Amino acid sequence: MPSTLSGSSEVILRTVDLRKQFGSRLAVRDLNLDVHRGEIFGFLGPNGAGKSTTIRMILSLIRPSGGYVEIFGRRLEDHRSAILRKVGGLVESADFYLYLSARRNLEIVASLYGGLEKHTVDHALELVGLTERSDDRVKTFSHGMKQRLGIAQALLSNPELIILDEPTTGLDPQGIVEVRELILSLARDRGITVFLSSHLLSEIEQTASNMAIISRGKLAVQGPVRSLLATTEMVLTVEATPLDAAGKILSEFRSVRELKQLSGRFEMTIDANEVPSLTKLFVERGLEVRALIPRRSLEEYFLNITEEASVDAKGK
Amino acid sequence: MIFIHEILKTFLKWRSYIGIIAIGVIVPLIEIGFKIEGGSISRMAMRGFSRDFLLFGNMFNAYFVTEFLMNSLWVHIPFLITLVAGDMLAGEATGGTFRLLLTRPVSRTRILFLKYLVALSYTAILVIFMAVLSLGLGLWLFGTGDLIVPGKITVILPASVVPMRLLLAFTLSIWSMWCVASLAFLFSSLVENAIGPIIASMAVIIVFILVSTIPLSLFESVKPFLFTTYFNFWQQAMEEPIPWDSIGRSAAIIGAYSCAMTGAAWLVFVRKDILS
Repeated sequence: MPSTLSGSSEVILRTVDLRKQFGSRLAVRDLNLDVHRGEIFGFLGPNGAGKSTTIRMILSLIRPSGGYVEIFGRRLEDHRSAILRKVGGLVESADFYLYLSARRNLEIVASLYGGLEKHTVDHALELVGLTERSDDRVKTFSHGMKQRLGIAQALLSNPELIILDEPTTGLDPQGIVEVRELILSLARDRGITVFLSSHLLSEIEQTASNMAIISRGKLAVQGPVRSLLATTEMVLTVEATPLDAAGKILSEFRSVRELKQLSGRFEMTIDANEVPSLTKLFVERGLEVRALIPRRSLEEYFLNITEEASVDAKGK
Repeated sequence: MIFIHEILKTFLKWRSYIGIIAIGVIVPLIEIGFKIEGGSISRMAMRGFSRDFLLFGNMFNAYFVTEFLMNSLWVHIPFLITLVAGDMLAGEATGGTFRLLLTRPVSRTRILFLKYLVALSYTAILVIFMAVLSLGLGLWLFGTGDLIVPGKITVILPASVVPMRLLLAFTLSIWSMWCVASLAFLFSSLVENAIGPIIASMAVIIVFILVSTIPLSLFESVKPFLFTTYFNFWQQAMEEPIPWDSIGRSAAIIGAYSCAMTGAAWLVFVRKDILS
């Protein structure tokens, strides 16, 4: 279920014709993103699409080859320090000084802000549930604990904008749920704008209110998750007996397109709103419906969009 | 506060103690060896002129041993310095912790120079440790006496002036070693693996030393441009009288090298894309 969180009209992060070229390879092509205050913004793309490169440019780890990043209405290159004071980030995996304790790692980060209050480290550790392990060396931490510590360091400066690059990578299901809940609570309870990059599409679907999909460094689509979903059609798999009768119903049913008979089942494209009527019809005609598997999800949409973008890129 | 954390990061690493341990082992080993051999090395060093002069007193003393140990400043100490200085930036890249540091409201310039300051501090600590250990242990094992400095012109320095001369020599050697640290620091800014700067720095030093010391006419024109030509200027602290002009010129050239290499590291670092 997409989040009900929605942002204000104020654009807090904007990329304008952002571009990055590594040698002859164009990693990010004229990317234009708008992220509004208070929202969770999903940044989707397959591996190698340019998500991390974009995030690194937003966090000033990489210099853009063209275009610029604007945060809080100011150009990053001109106001780097003032902007980064109010931005927290976790880029890819959470790497720390493994031979130091979690607390010491956070104290090192805190010192880079100058004048952060002492309790901020304790508070950040508490927020991610690492208080009891705070004095242990990070090398003794599990991957999930490191990721949580990564989120803690991003929250240290009480940021207005937090940028999380694949924060659930490598986590177990319980860890994924915990991080997801944490992200939602950051936006809901603390009003933090979250820029969330992921290739786990369900992650974005369950957390983000707006999203952008990037493929081969190029923006494929951007907009509210709900409205983007509304434009998609569902791919439905039906297993029903008798098979002939089911095929007849499906071939005559309105809005069913691209009907394919596979071994013992049918697959089709259908308007999501028509699925209840179709189910009712099967029951009325006395068919035994064994399975009705909808794939109306951002994943289907994402796959379609990225495939289209790839074809476009190849075409050019 | 950032500087203190940089110091802590460096000194809480096992790698940083390799140099201290190495010196802590080598210096006692050599001095105890000298003690057991009973001054045969001293006799060998003074063989040339002991036939012409009568030598009185304790010539094989702490000062002589310390001056002898300072020859490790050619290769051994530089190697130990590169272990840490070469890791200062490349180590952050290897560990992925640049992402932790460089996404903060602190300029890259500031981070770079604080790290450089730590590399210089470590270098100074290493040389001072060597000085204190070799002199302290030498005083305990051999006592004091006049210092014979063999060379083209053999100099005998009275025991009363030697401590100040050694202080000057070690100060100048720290200056020389800072140049090594700067070289390793430059290489550290270029790569993302800490082994690279160590190997590259040592390769440069060894090649330069060879070119500086091999008496070939081909190398003569190159020598003035190599920092290793001025590397051992600390030895001039033991000359009589002290050649201040030459020391000043060497110090300026080595300092210029250090500044140039650090400047190059800065140029690389502030423009570098962090991809690790």
